[in-house]
Amino acid sequence: MAEAAAVAHDDHHYTSTGLNSWKLGFWTLIGSECLFFGTLISTYMVYKGQSIVGPFSGEIFDIPLTTVSTFVLLMSSLAMVLALDGVQRGSRKLSMIWLGVVILLGATFLGFQVYEFSHFYHEGLGLDTNLLGSSFYVLTGFHGTHVFFGVVWLTTLWVMSARGKLPPSKALNVEIAGLYWHFVDIVWIVIFVLVYLIQ
Amino acid sequence: MSVATDTAAAPHTAHHGEPTGLWSWITTVDHKRIGVMYFLTSVFFLLVGGLEALLIRIQLFKPENDFISAELYNQLFTMHGTTMIFLVAMPMAVAFFNYVVPLQIGARDVAFPRLNALSYWIYLFGGLYLNASWFVGAAPNTSWVGYANLTSTQFSPGLNVDFWVLGLSILGVSSIMGGVNFITTIINLRAPGMKLMRMPLFTWMTFVTSFLLITALPVIAVALIMLAFDRFFSANFFNVAAGGDPVLWQHLFWIFGHPEVYILVLPAFGVISDVIPAFSRKPLFGYPVVVYAGVLIGFIGWGVWSHHMFTSGLGPIADSFFVATTMIIAIPTGVKIFNWMATMWGGAIRFTTAMNFAIGLVALFTVGGLSGVMHASAPVDLQQHDSYFVVAHFHYVIVGGILLGMFSGLYYWFPKVTGRYMSEKLGAWHFWSTLIGFNLTFFPMHFSGMFGMPRRTWTYQSELGVEFYNQLSTIGGFMLGVSTLIMLYNVIKSARSGAPAGSNPWGAPTLEWSIPSPPHHYNFPSLPEVRSREPMWHDAEREAIEAVTLAEPESEPVMPGPSFWPIVVASGVTATWALVMTGVWWVPLIGLAYTTFGVFMWAFEDPFKHLKSSH
Amino acid sequence: MKSLRTLLGTWVVALLTASCTFDREAHPQSSIHPTSDFASVIHELYVDIFWWTLGILVVVWVALAYILVRFRARPDQPVPKQVHGHMGLEIGWTVAPALIVVAIAIPTIQAVFSTQQGDPENALVVDVIGHQYWWEFRYPDSGLVTANEVHIPVNRPVSFRISSADVIHSFWVPMLGGKRDANPVRLRPEGEDPEYNWIHLTASEAGTFWGQCAEFCGASHSLMGFRVVVESDQEFAAWQAELAEPVTAPMTAPVDTTEAGEAAQAPVQTAQIDPLVEQGREIFHSQTCVACHAIAGTNAQGEIAPNLTLLGQRSSIAAGWLENTPENLVQWITAPQDVKPGALMPGVNVPGGNWPATNLSEEQVRAVAAYLFSLR
Repeated sequence: MAEAAAVAHDDHHYTSTGLNSWKLGFWTLIGSECLFFGTLISTYMVYKGQSIVGPFSGEIFDIPLTTVSTFVLLMSSLAMVLALDGVQRGSRKLSMIWLGVVILLGATFLGFQVYEFSHFYHEGLGLDTNLLGSSFYVLTGFHGTHVFFGVVWLTTLWVMSARGKLPPSKALNVEIAGLYWHFVDIVWIVIFVLVYLIQ
Repeated sequence: MSVATDTAAAPHTAHHGEPTGLWSWITTVDHKRIGVMYFLTSVFFLLVGGLEALLIRIQLFKPENDFISAELYNQLFTMHGTTMIFLVAMPMAVAFFNYVVPLQIGARDVAFPRLNALSYWIYLFGGLYLNASWFVGAAPNTSWVGYANLTSTQFSPGLNVDFWVLGLSILGVSSIMGGVNFITTIINLRAPGMKLMRMPLFTWMTFVTSFLLITALPVIAVALIMLAFDRFFSANFFNVAAGGDPVLWQHLFWIFGHPEVYILVLPAFGVISDVIPAFSRKPLFGYPVVVYAGVLIGFIGWGVWSHHMFTSGLGPIADSFFVATTMIIAIPTGVKIFNWMATMWGGAIRFTTAMNFAIGLVALFTVGGLSGVMHASAPVDLQQHDSYFVVAHFHYVIVGGILLGMFSGLYYWFPKVTGRYMSEKLGAWHFWSTLIGFNLTFFPMHFSGMFGMPRRTWTYQSELGVEFYNQLSTIGGFMLGVSTLIMLYNVIKSARSGAPAGSNPWGAPTLEWSIPSPPHHYNFPSLPEVRSREPMWHDAEREAIEAVTLAEPESEPVMPGPSFWPIVVASGVTATWALVMTGVWWVPLIGLAYTTFGVFMWAFEDPFKHLKSSH
Repeated sequence: MKSLRTLLGTWVVALLTASCTFDREAHPQSSIHPTSDFASVIHELYVDIFWWTLGILVVVWVALAYILVRFRARPDQPVPKQVHGHMGLEIGWTVAPALIVVAIAIPTIQAVFSTQQGDPENALVVDVIGHQYWWEFRYPDSGLVTANEVHIPVNRPVSFRISSADVIHSFWVPMLGGKRDANPVRLRPEGEDPEYNWIHLTASEAGTFWGQCAEFCGASHSLMGFRVVVESDQEFAAWQAELAEPVTAPMTAPVDTTEAGEAAQAPVQTAQIDPLVEQGREIFHSQTCVACHAIAGTNAQGEIAPNLTLLGQRSSIAAGWLENTPENLVQWITAPQDVKPGALMPGVNVPGGNWPATNLSEEQVRAVAAYLFSLR
């Protein structure tokens, strides 16, 4: 009877749902992040058009330029999918190529953002200039910080891959990094639409 | 972040006992030890917050008193509120989450043991950082809600608000990680047969609370970030001269703040939903209803925030909406009360201290809930808001509800933690002095408030006619202080020389009572199979489970080893935020670099290396 | 032991007395003695809800007490019947509170709307502006300004338009009704109007009512009181006329406040000039006082501190904190921060706000106090 009640689950992979705990935990964290960005975006929306002095968003936003950087980030998500595929197949070459592409595209996006920030700053929009300056820089700055951490994370994985320490058995690492990366990408789409396109 | 290392298969190892000594506690990842540390730390802060309260009560003993200065008073009440909410009530609940939830669901630990340790250390360091403000004479002084624009550098130029905004940010990180950890644990680490609708109510309420944590904390985090940018980098979020809206702070604060109320109270509801059936020897009446009521409270709790803002001028339509939602949330709360009473109905009630506190909660929380219905009525709230009437109300909720629930949990699970009963005699003293002291302190406040005494006032004029009520409150406050000391004495004494308790001293129904007291560090030699909500009350099931849970394993289950990196990362997170105070943008980056180092070391650490070395 | 018993006895007596003396005189800031339509609507609603909630509390407590007595464990008792729930009961105790909630919510929402409707045709508009830590009152119709003691006519609709000059305060006169926050006025983009909070009420009886700031606003939040003087139309008109053309020339320093009314109306020529008042007048108007304070009809036109026109008529000084007497004025002028931490007014030895210490001698302070007290 005792044996019948006991289930031999000494395996550390055991979970009651069969889902991997890291993946589940990370989804939970992403849920939390949604509220974080949701609040930042809401604040931006509440203060939209409320600035007393310029520069105003219509005067300085360069939509074609931001469209290009948005495209870059979107493409990085595609590369992320291919990178995961490479790792799962156990191809070190494909892993390194596609992880490298994600990193490059992510860094390019950050480059665009640095350019945009310094350009706006020279146009007279500082953090302390008006409500636009405060809410725009804090929102996009926190998004950029997330992209930056993603790039650091992916670079770590790239180095692991280069040293042959990213076998298919560790594909979950890449999958979770990918979850994060896609999430950050989606947040940018929302920001791009609400902040840039709908003025 | 290398995530796979924790899940990597580890080799089996020979028997190894539980290490002792300070270092073993610093590096522990055992949920039970972390739970104990959470509890002891929260009791420490309870004493700090209580001392602050007593100084407040001395000052208010007579009108136009100048026992302490207005400036010090403002720091005391701000820190009293901040401490009791963020450093006592929340972490005390988390202490029980930590110790009890894995045992209730038949898990060996939480899903992320090292992350759990990180949550604790950040809580400790964040709490110490917040209180370090006392030693530079600049404790936060703008109340626990920190309404803009009083918190701007223009009106609060000192370090006081800096400590507050950064300290709360640090603590928020800890809570979010805790939420992630417990959601994952409860979804993923339930023993075979432990279906969601078989989980003990305490686990259920932990589950709901964890969702509130991960969703509510980011909102206050953003508000704090905005305030920090206003203060350190001259942003304009709450600057009226630039068009900023101080009322936005109130919205963000209470969108967090009201779910926070349920973050505090649901765990206490969970505790007594386990305690009342155990000591009535009857299953919880209407289990699914109580579960759904808790979930419903969690959901509706998101739509009531502006009832804290009826005086801020939202207009009649918004007021009416929040009147309606607030009154609706009273219904599931009432349903819980009725179900607890129905559980006792027809039972065989044993008046242990744990049960007494649970009954005390039912009786006294009802008072706070009903006065809550009064200020749910917006026009009535225009009189009661920010008066001592409201102070009475939320102390009936927080002390009468939450603290009594936590005490109930303490007496209930103490034998599990230590293998010893707490003294019932001292427990009776503790219970009755708490009950009397509590009512003596807070009931008269209804009258002080009704007669026009606003809250957060350093003193009051004798003409107001509220001196007598304040004197009663002060006397009651000191009784509460004494009762807390009795509790402390009881804990220390019983931990050393309490009567030995077996694995199931109360004859309680849930899974945590199937394992030895205190449990092995791996909790369950092998995982039991659960077939009902009250496994320990069905003889066949109990015997089957105990045959597993009380058995000596042939080889000990593999547990992750100790880690030094959680405390390193926690100190790094705290240092990074604390260095923001310098106002120089690159200085926090030093802390960030140190944190990053810790994160990398953590990520590449093999949690099972302690097993490999012995091979 | 005996003294303890005596003490307890005293407390019990005091408790009984206190619970019987909910009388108005002993509680000038009572929220349960309504004296306006606004306050009455709230109070009726409160009483209504009070009885509902008390009823529920009694039911719960009586049932709980019965359960605890009736179902306490007895020796050798068998295991109680294992009941898991009862759908009918669950529905019952969900529906019953829901009905009570509806019974409370309907009058509540009616009151929410009725109390937030003004009478723009007939109402007297009063601007209420909160400052750290005092109240400014302006009558936009007449352009008159006063501080810390506002007069309104009885039985006539009054609309308070509430705002703040610095941080958030809250305007609360419990006997006249609920509170509203005094929010600082946000600067708005062109074409958008600034937003204000309003309280609309009609006071139903004359008298002096106590009010106090109810939103924590900084160091001296607790010392930010004020008074509302509700008076007949005639008295109100007379007061306004006096405020519009105040007696500014110094005259006899009144020693007896009961004669204040007549003294103010006495022709200036016939009044004897008190040398102390005259000296105070010279000091006040030649010092930095006038940079912040205003006294109508003089060179004092500052707007950042309380308007002192007819100060001698007010019942209190320092925003409702001290009784208005020459001695208290002396105390206040000498060391404002001792009375009210965080006050921006400089004292004799301490600077305040952006101003250096006044370095007035004791006699000079007394003279200024006498002058201010003579403004009535």
